[in-house]
Amino acid sequence: MFENYEELNEMQIDVLREIGNIGGGNAASALASILDEKVDMTLPNVRITGFDQAVEDLGGAETMTVSVLVSFSGEAEGMIVFLINMEDAKRIMSLLLGGSAEDDDDELSDMKLSAIKEIGNILAASYINSIASLTGLRIDVSVPYVAIDMVGALMSVPIIEFGAIGDKLMFIEENFIGERGNLNSNIIMFAEINTLKIIMEKLGIEL
Amino acid sequence: MSEKITVGISDYKASKAPHTIVTFALGSCVGICLYDRVTKIGGLSHIMLPDSRSFSSREINRKKFADTAIPDMVNEMRRMGVGNNRIVAKIAGGAQMFEVQPGSKIGAVGERNVESVKRELARLRIAIIAEDTGLNFGRTQYFDLETGVMRIQSLNRRIVEY
Repeated sequence: MFENYEELNEMQIDVLREIGNIGGGNAASALASILDEKVDMTLPNVRITGFDQAVEDLGGAETMTVSVLVSFSGEAEGMIVFLINMEDAKRIMSLLLGGSAEDDDDELSDMKLSAIKEIGNILAASYINSIASLTGLRIDVSVPYVAIDMVGALMSVPIIEFGAIGDKLMFIEENFIGERGNLNSNIIMFAEINTLKIIMEKLGIEL
Repeated sequence: MSEKITVGISDYKASKAPHTIVTFALGSCVGICLYDRVTKIGGLSHIMLPDSRSFSSREINRKKFADTAIPDMVNEMRRMGVGNNRIVAKIAGGAQMFEVQPGSKIGAVGERNVESVKRELARLRIAIIAEDTGLNFGRTQYFDLETGVMRIQSLNRRIVEY
């Protein structure tokens, strides 16, 4: 039985990788149909790292990033975070809404920001739905929240939420790449340690 | 030679002039600069959570919590030669990074961190002489031990010195 993320064994990590594969795969299909283009997904990474390393892995503390956060609760508790850099966020918006990607310098209009928020929301919901149907757990998702800031500052929110016990964080992360441009983005799942236990139990994995 | 000393999340460092201590991208976490201008000894603590007491059943990282990190750093500064009543504080961070619905615990943690830092400093009788906290943006915090100046850098905002 694991009490913190560092105690997850190889088999349990494999299960998490598979959850990332299913959840992320579902989110990638959703993104593909929104963009009407093929979206490739990297193999899921299950990272168990210190807080500073987590921020480094997700782009570096001071890197400006657009982030959509959806938290989930009910029989499973955690957060889904969709991260996309400014250039790619602008490119997605010009694909969807028309106009040039360069029309604003360092800002996204409210309309564009809310479109990004809605995309993050759809991806998170696809991810969670696939976990819910895989495990039979009842999972509620929050409304989406969006912010543009330094990666480190944005990630302080899940780090505080899931880093209270122990000095390591666990997240499942995968990268989406669009076929036409470099629509590089990450989808990341964080989950409470108890939620991981419940998911393992539901899937019949020995703890 | 002046060095730049980096403090990570749930960490603190104490040092002296002419060095600068920096912690990057504070979001809802709080950075606490403590300084003695006579000896030019100072410390920077990057706390993540307000209170260690709800985690007493486990071995905790004392650098993670306001109520343990601050007194520990003060003790370290004292061992380096800081006199009892000369320490002052400048604090930054504790933002609400996402605009969440009222009552959500995600939204309140920055504020609770700031409150706890203030409570702990008051308990130790350390005056807060500058504060850049709250609101909704990330902050990188530089602390120059030569001058005691705290510099706050954020995206798309002017740099502020305290």
